[in-house]
Amino acid sequence: MKRRTLIGMAAAVAAAFSVGTAQAQNYPNRPITLVVPWGAGGGTDQTARIIGTLLEKDIGQPVNVVNRTGGSGVVGHAAIAEAPPDGYTIGLITVEITMMHHQGLTKLNQSNYTPLGLMNMDPAGLSVRADAPYKTVNDVLAAIKANPGKFKASGTGQGGIWHLALAGMLNSNRIDPMAAPWVPSQGAAPGLNDLVAGGVEFVTCSLPEARALIEAGKVRPLAIMADQPAKLFPNVPTLKAATGSNWTVGAWRGMAGPKGMPADVTAKLSAAFKKIYDSKDFQDFMNQRGFGLLYMPPDQQAAFMEQGSKGMGEVMKAVGLVK
Amino acid sequence: MTWTVFMQALGLVFDPYVLIVILASAIFGLFVGCIPGLTATMATALLVPITFFMPPVPAVAAIVTATAMAIFSGDIPGALLRIPGTPASAAYTDEAYAMTLKGEAETALGAGLVFSALGGLFGTLVLIFMAPSLADIALKFSSFEYFWLVVLGLAGAVFIGNSSVLKASISLLLGLLVACAGADNPGAYPRFTFGVTELNGGVSLIPMMVGMFAVSELLRYMVNMDPPAQIAVKKLGRVFAGMWDLLRKYRWPLMRGNVLGVIIGIQPGSGADMASWMSYAMSKKFSKEPEKFGTGHVEGIVESGAANNSSLGGAWIPAIVFGIPGDSITAIAIGVLYLKNMNPGPTIFINNPENIYAIFFVFILANLIMIPLGWLTIKLAVKILQVPRNILMPIILLFCIVGSFAINNTVFGVGTILVFGLAAFLLEENGFPVAPAILGVVLANMMEENFVTSLIKSDGSLTVFFTRPIAMWLAIFTFLIMFWPVFSWAWNKFRR
Repeated sequence: MKRRTLIGMAAAVAAAFSVGTAQAQNYPNRPITLVVPWGAGGGTDQTARIIGTLLEKDIGQPVNVVNRTGGSGVVGHAAIAEAPPDGYTIGLITVEITMMHHQGLTKLNQSNYTPLGLMNMDPAGLSVRADAPYKTVNDVLAAIKANPGKFKASGTGQGGIWHLALAGMLNSNRIDPMAAPWVPSQGAAPGLNDLVAGGVEFVTCSLPEARALIEAGKVRPLAIMADQPAKLFPNVPTLKAATGSNWTVGAWRGMAGPKGMPADVTAKLSAAFKKIYDSKDFQDFMNQRGFGLLYMPPDQQAAFMEQGSKGMGEVMKAVGLVK
Repeated sequence: MTWTVFMQALGLVFDPYVLIVILASAIFGLFVGCIPGLTATMATALLVPITFFMPPVPAVAAIVTATAMAIFSGDIPGALLRIPGTPASAAYTDEAYAMTLKGEAETALGAGLVFSALGGLFGTLVLIFMAPSLADIALKFSSFEYFWLVVLGLAGAVFIGNSSVLKASISLLLGLLVACAGADNPGAYPRFTFGVTELNGGVSLIPMMVGMFAVSELLRYMVNMDPPAQIAVKKLGRVFAGMWDLLRKYRWPLMRGNVLGVIIGIQPGSGADMASWMSYAMSKKFSKEPEKFGTGHVEGIVESGAANNSSLGGAWIPAIVFGIPGDSITAIAIGVLYLKNMNPGPTIFINNPENIYAIFFVFILANLIMIPLGWLTIKLAVKILQVPRNILMPIILLFCIVGSFAINNTVFGVGTILVFGLAAFLLEENGFPVAPAILGVVLANMMEENFVTSLIKSDGSLTVFFTRPIAMWLAIFTFLIMFWPVFSWAWNKFRR
């Protein structure tokens, strides 16, 4: 009797496991976990939570948004890449995944994921204090070139995305990227505060991050490092229009799962994310938050991440961050 | 503010839906604050997805109310069980627990409640009447000025409690050393990580704090199982008894705490926790009876209980006027303001003034309903003391483990509370206070970051720390405080 129960239980367990793997056509038949590699309440977290809410409605299963912070993003990104590739653990990956592997912080890079659709992109900007003498990007570049090491810039931590934006901008204009030393900060807001307080001369964070200070007349935006001007600030020229440099860079967020997910699950999820991106709820949310809207289907996202990683590698080498 | 705007704003607040939201988030905040490991910042983050679907005023009201309640209710487990519910209560946890052991739990909590509410109201008034001009001043602070503020905070640590200054200093240095771990430093270089990915982010403050206060207390109980003398609780329901006398006796400490809290709150990057540490130290420094501190003396609780709540209002000043968060709570709240089309900036007072004034009313309302709700919570919570310790202790351990897991959703946090629990047990058995170690961890990153970035900006020159006008005054003040014992000794000697 006892033995029979045991065999029965073993069979039931085996059956339960095979349901999880073989019957992808029933996907999803249990709750989905959406991992966020950054802290609760930040921009990435808020984006993930609105996506989670809309995905839950679309797909008919609960979606749990889980913050896996720590290790400057490494922990959460690893949690997504190392999850079983069954579509029940996915995540919102960020631009850092194309940067951290150059620094030797992790072996993980963009190729460890199944892309499911790029959802957002915030291009880098260039802002100065409102009473600063610089009227254009060229004024800034000339000043840096004439006084290497004198003018400091800030906006994020050492080797963070806005640091590389500055380095890439200088590099592409044939100025030594070390000519404007980077002052590390805990993010865009403290960097901007220091800009207004006179501690640094330039900040390269995205324009939405500087929005309140720009509108308060404390900070003047000079350029955006993108192909097109921002909807929010149509009068701020692109870097290309201002200097001829082809350097574009931005912080992006994209949906992804572990590598090796079944094709039908991938198709179902990426279709859902396209639908979510097009929804009024998502568009309204991103517009009100001032986050840049940009969608890419998975194959395009993969190529975009690959190319981004290459560009980051070059700039990081120039600034001496590559290990 | 014109009369019509005033009436519109009142109408927005006294709407049944908004009032229900305020009540619900008040209860939520009280609950979160009570649970060790769940902070006011976390309460805000958890509320954000719910506020997606609310109109602007209730959305912001939910956050304002929940955080005010959480900062107060963090005092409750701190006083009753010696487990600070939030880092903002850690400064005076030992003091409040000492009062509980003397049978004065209700006075400790009552003082925490009444003076939290008064501090919150003061912060609100400053926010309403002085926001634009103060925000301008806050923007003049650069890393040089912050560096001095942090040094002031650290100097205070040594004077907390009544153990020897030498042992307190050693404990502080231990805290600073622990904070060195991780890649979260200005050079983004991983230090003391031993190849552990989790340590890349450094040692998280919350699990460390829970371990050092709560787990060490559990260990102490395990070592000495003799049932302790029953903790005497004087008659229940006398939470407010004697508050009027306290208010009269300690009106100056209260004012000091209020003002310091607002000042610390306005500074980006420093919030309720730093406000409460600094004002507790200041309270002891200026007290007429400093020898009573650490033995269950209410004065420090009055001052820093007010300071941590008044800092909440202060933190909103740069957030509303310039979109620069004054602490981690407002960093999240700014996102919600944008989402609700109440874009921070000077225009917020012009574009939809009724909304922003409605939010000011919510601040006042939240601090007023804190008193009856907090009274209820205290009355319920004090019953915990009647639970036998051998039943209570395992439950506390369970809460600690759940809380430390919840911070980053990893088992690593659980390991952290155990390691630091053991460390704190050994420290305290040998007469080293743990509070300075925790303050060291709170402030170390700020100190290092501001020092290093200042040097980058000044090309390695130290003189800028003394030549910027505000920095110079802060430096003079810091040295005065630090060397006060030397000066007074010299003065006495000279006079003789």
